[in-house]
Amino acid sequence: MTSPLGKDLLGLEQLTAGQISLILDTAVPLKEISERTIKKVPTLRGATIVNLFFEASTRTRISFEFAEKRMSADTVNVASAGSSVSKGETLVDTARNLEAMRIDMVVIRHPASGAARFLAERIESNVINAGDGTHEHPTQGLLDLLTLRDRFGTLKGKRICLCGDVLHSRVARSNIWGLTKLGAEVAVCGPRSLLPNAIGEMGVTVFDRIEAAIEWADALNVLRLQLERMHAGYIPSLREYNRVFGVTRERLARAPRDVLILHPGPMNRGVEIDSDVADGPHSVILNQVTNGVAIRMAVLYLLSGNTPALADAAKAPA
Amino acid sequence: MSGAPDILLKGGRLVDPSSKLDGTGDLLIRDGKIESVGGTIAAPDGAKVIDCKGQVVAPGFIDVHSHLREPGREDVETIATGARAAAAGGFTAVCAMPNTDPVTDNQAAVGFVLKQGRAAGAARVYPIGAISIGEKGERLAEFGEMVGAGAIAVSDDGKPVVSSQLMRTALEYARTFGIPVADHCEDPTLAEGGAMNEGLVSARLGLKGIPSEAEEIMAIRDILLARRTGGHIHLCHMSTRGSVDLIRWGKDRNIRVTAEVCPHHLSLTEDAVDGYDTHAKMNPPLRSADDVDALQQAVKDGTIDVIATDHAPHHYDEKEREFSDAPNGIVGFETALAVNITWLVKPGIISLATLIEKMSCAPARLFHLPGGSLRRGAAADITVFDPARDWTVDPTRFFTKGRNTPYAGRTLTGVVACTLVDGRIVHNSGREGHG
Amino acid sequence: MPNSSSIVLSARAVERTITRMADEIVERNDGTEGLVLVGIQRRGVQIAGRIAARIEASERVKVPLGALDITLYRDDLQTVGPRPVVGKTTLPVALDGKHVVIVDDVLFTGRTIRAALDELADFGRPARVALAVLIDRGGRELPIQPDVVGTNVEAPRGARVDVMVAELDGRDEVVLTSGAGS
Repeated sequence: MTSPLGKDLLGLEQLTAGQISLILDTAVPLKEISERTIKKVPTLRGATIVNLFFEASTRTRISFEFAEKRMSADTVNVASAGSSVSKGETLVDTARNLEAMRIDMVVIRHPASGAARFLAERIESNVINAGDGTHEHPTQGLLDLLTLRDRFGTLKGKRICLCGDVLHSRVARSNIWGLTKLGAEVAVCGPRSLLPNAIGEMGVTVFDRIEAAIEWADALNVLRLQLERMHAGYIPSLREYNRVFGVTRERLARAPRDVLILHPGPMNRGVEIDSDVADGPHSVILNQVTNGVAIRMAVLYLLSGNTPALADAAKAPA
Repeated sequence: MSGAPDILLKGGRLVDPSSKLDGTGDLLIRDGKIESVGGTIAAPDGAKVIDCKGQVVAPGFIDVHSHLREPGREDVETIATGARAAAAGGFTAVCAMPNTDPVTDNQAAVGFVLKQGRAAGAARVYPIGAISIGEKGERLAEFGEMVGAGAIAVSDDGKPVVSSQLMRTALEYARTFGIPVADHCEDPTLAEGGAMNEGLVSARLGLKGIPSEAEEIMAIRDILLARRTGGHIHLCHMSTRGSVDLIRWGKDRNIRVTAEVCPHHLSLTEDAVDGYDTHAKMNPPLRSADDVDALQQAVKDGTIDVIATDHAPHHYDEKEREFSDAPNGIVGFETALAVNITWLVKPGIISLATLIEKMSCAPARLFHLPGGSLRRGAAADITVFDPARDWTVDPTRFFTKGRNTPYAGRTLTGVVACTLVDGRIVHNSGREGHG
Repeated sequence: MPNSSSIVLSARAVERTITRMADEIVERNDGTEGLVLVGIQRRGVQIAGRIAARIEASERVKVPLGALDITLYRDDLQTVGPRPVVGKTTLPVALDGKHVVIVDDVLFTGRTIRAALDELADFGRPARVALAVLIDRGGRELPIQPDVVGTNVEAPRGARVDVMVAELDGRDEVVLTSGAGS
């Protein structure tokens, strides 16, 4: 096994700072490929990659598909709604069928936390977690890290606040692991009913009010608030959420420094983030999208080194 | 049963807290009863002699909480396979919870379980009847008819009794028949969708957590209702420090509350879920190290009265799933003794005598069941076990149909040598004593 | 058995060689019209830079200078071991109709140049492509020939030819190290 990341990318919690930096460093030169007229390199020619999406997601799937195709891989999209029970075919069977078709890599998004690991433990192909339940979304975390690093030069000592529904957010979890490993100071801000009860033990500062978070932060990563949370009673209404926690131009104007704005998308304009902020001068939301393809290409490249090392070549890259 | 030869259990360590017995000696069984116990007994002609040197001879274990799945899910366990597995675990009697399909909520259903248990010819099977029809939590089942048919307690286990009014009525009504009401303590709104204990591990794994309060809120409710009604409330599978404190509060006030704990809550923590292992998924969930500590101390000081298994077999396919989709429960009959010895007796937290009190004497006493004693004239329900022998858990060799155990591959201490019910050997590991 | 190494080109010799290569490139192109220098990562980039500087000094023309990383086009990615680091590719102008000169430090099997040709094709259609290398050590595995050569070095298979450049290695030097056996 010569891939520096191991067989799979399941999350950022288990990666070292060195491995995370390697992925970011690898993504930088790959960005240029998407600027070419012919947006293709032959690196993964002949590789078969299945995008196994058990949850609807246009943007992540498209981003992965671009990354795969630009590396010349053959891609197959499998969309399936819901869990094993409702589908009628278990995840185990799906895994075995894929393996029988000699798939090189699987990109999986699934509503159950732990599903990516479940799959990875049962098939030989590389497994990339594109979001499992509320557990992790490592490529999103990585592209957020790259976007921040592009702007700040380094993440060491930078203050990043994750705003919103951290309790249900796999993006938040991946960000917390990635940012802390690269030396950033991490905070969260949101109603306590949307923060994990054990958040105090996760090494992050907690802000109850968005004003305090804005004053402290170098960057805000604004998480999407889902309508279901209101229906499930975690917050009384979206209107109140926006009034108390919304990232608005007025609030940002009072910040002591320029605060960078990130959002994993899709945005609920007027709920967690106002349009003039999302489209404003400090927003790097579109950079996130560009970086997303490069990060995913980097991950595909690094995971695909799957063959036994020749004697001298087994040294880790500088 | 005359005609069956006498059985002499020779040279074992006789431990029976109910008669304050603890010492090396012999025990003679005749016609299914304990004929003579203690001292040296000469073997009568034709008697079968079993060498128990180095082993413990105890009153047979009684499990007041188990799921035998029949009727309805005979693919994962039948009363016959369950009773046989129980015997392999040293249990001479088990109580079967009513959340079968259909629910055991009437005298015919109770009679069926009893009949199947008798036909199994292994551990005794005592049916527990449902509190409410269909375990729906609406209308009371016919306690009288069920008890008449052989039920020894009532419970809606699997589910909590959500309506406090229904629990009150159940406790009052059960007094007529002198049976305990056993409750699965879980506030459904707090616990809904939860897959493991709420804490740092659940936050890291992205799994919805079940807070301790979901159990404690119902526990104190039941204790207060037992105070009001004078009924006997039995709290199933307690799992938190908070619950232990509340039980103590109740007992200090002489409220008729008894409590049980399962071996897995005395030995494993929520860390076992790391990696999304569905064999660590049960309800109530594995909790924190502090909870385990509190429960162990509660067994020691008597706040917890009995240890029961909550044996819950599931099909391999059902557990081989995404964590949040997998059903709750693990098997327990065949590992209970060893887990208890490994985590409680070996480290010196409780003595062997206390363990036998929790696994045999107290269950019999509190649920008004025969057994739990080695007195002369008692039915010969006896467990002989080696308290010091190590073995490695291999679920493929279980007698139960279920393979869902978190202890697979672990080395535990304590092996059942032989189990007798009514003086009949219902399990023999083939290992006689040899000091 | 210790390897023996010898200096093939000293710093001064490297400078003279590169000067001659630059002059040869301009001569072959009959001037600087349409010329684009593309250095192969890593050290080909520095050498291309030197060549461009020399051309600017003598012709007073700034020839467009690019860098090409060929890692993603390698034909041996499946067997080379852990993923090699990918360097930057930057081409300052569109290549259609241009006279591209690929610049590399050492020409050996020819596979690097094959990869470079494939990659350049993805950027456009040059009018012609030429190859300039500081060292040709022979041992070709593909039909690839240089147009401009700094110097030829006889190096058996097990030997190493290393080009060092001041920008990366602190000095300019070309060293031949014989391998212990082949």
